[in-house]
Amino acid sequence: MQFHGYRRPDGTVGIRNHVLVIPSVVCANRVARGISQQVAGTVWVEHQHGCTQLGADADRTARILVAHGTHPNVYGVVVVGLGCETVRAQDIAAAIRQKCPYKPVHLVVIQDEGGSVKATAAGASAAREMVGAASLLAREPVDAGELILGTECGGSDACSGISANPALGVASDLLIDAGGTVILAETTEIIGAEHLVAARAVNERVARRCYEVINRCEALATGMGVDMRGGQPTPGNIEGGLSSIEEKSLGCIYKAGTRPLQDVIDYAAPVTRKGLVWMDTPGQDIEQLTGMVAGGCHLVVFTTGRGTCCGSPIAPTVKVSTTTPLYHRMNDNIDLDAGTVVTGDETVAQVGKRIYAEMLAVASGKLAKAEILGFNDFAINRVGPTM
Amino acid sequence: MRAIVMNPADNVCTVVEAVEPGVTVTVDSGAEKLTATVVEKIPFGHKFALRAIKRGEAVTKYGETIGLATRDILPGQHVHVHNLESCRGRGDK
Repeated sequence: MQFHGYRRPDGTVGIRNHVLVIPSVVCANRVARGISQQVAGTVWVEHQHGCTQLGADADRTARILVAHGTHPNVYGVVVVGLGCETVRAQDIAAAIRQKCPYKPVHLVVIQDEGGSVKATAAGASAAREMVGAASLLAREPVDAGELILGTECGGSDACSGISANPALGVASDLLIDAGGTVILAETTEIIGAEHLVAARAVNERVARRCYEVINRCEALATGMGVDMRGGQPTPGNIEGGLSSIEEKSLGCIYKAGTRPLQDVIDYAAPVTRKGLVWMDTPGQDIEQLTGMVAGGCHLVVFTTGRGTCCGSPIAPTVKVSTTTPLYHRMNDNIDLDAGTVVTGDETVAQVGKRIYAEMLAVASGKLAKAEILGFNDFAINRVGPTM
Repeated sequence: MRAIVMNPADNVCTVVEAVEPGVTVTVDSGAEKLTATVVEKIPFGHKFALRAIKRGEAVTKYGETIGLATRDILPGQHVHVHNLESCRGRGDK
């Protein structure tokens, strides 16, 4: 199977050709948004980080911002800084240039430009040029095995583990069998099912990592001295019929299919292996989405039982409903319906093939609904406090 | 189809349409057909017991433990957070 993508000079493949505006720090959000709003064909992110952050947090912010700039779905980047921040825009721009020397990167520092109005104008001018050049690039046939898929389930209900997640699991297996990569994430939502995932590990080291990551996550929850049910399952999950984290997890892991687990990697770390990889992320949807995209996933398939509308600014985020009534109720936001499994109109395998076909169509340029509606959700999971 | 059993070892099933008290539901576990008369309203997506589950006994779905029963549960009774407790991430215990 093939799709049509953008082959980059370093051999990586993009499924989008975005011009991305990145603020290096929270104080540059307004200018970054202003630049993007002035230039059709750009996308932007906003975040609350980049200043007075220490050690691991500052490193993580910088790493994730650079990873979005170097992402193969991105053609060129405008980096915006204020001028006195911890995570300096100059460093972000330099790191993107170093890893991807072929990418146009423009730096705007608000204090150097003489204020927000001039900075917005300078950034918009650079972005306008990039969008013009980006529009000349053509898609070419690419093997499906070059795709990295992020999997996510959010707003789970009792049907998540019956319809949408098992169907996404079929699509995950199809992609892995084609030589591709699938990311399983949401460590919190593997608690209670870790033995099943670890049993699929390719070696002892990876199996041990599964338990380490789960034990650390569970220790964080128990260390707070509360019943985890305050947050997991969420009140919406409980209303939807899920009674415990174990029940939620057992339904969640279906989305990763059945193939061997190749590795367990850190939050937002680059995904370098083929096949199934577990990324240690929180269960919070946007932090998880951001981590997987920073890891390099081209697109995300996001199953939902309660409904969700979020989307990464640079990786198409395809929604699959667990039930048909939800598909109709939130049709502005949901791309595919897996509820046909619940009604008995389709098998899990049939819906899985439908999801796989949609993945390839979206990889070739078909817009996911979250893209059409302009969602640009972005959140960096924190390690420690802000000073 | 009114309810789904995910694994033959399960002692609960998930209803895929709301079921009223007094309604008898037959489900196919893959290994056998099981029948239970529902004794209380079961909302869409929620679970009821297929067999009697004793207090402290594991509640099983997907062939795995999803928590422990906090009281005796009779066949046909709603199984949810009022009578089922997670074993994991419990800082309160």
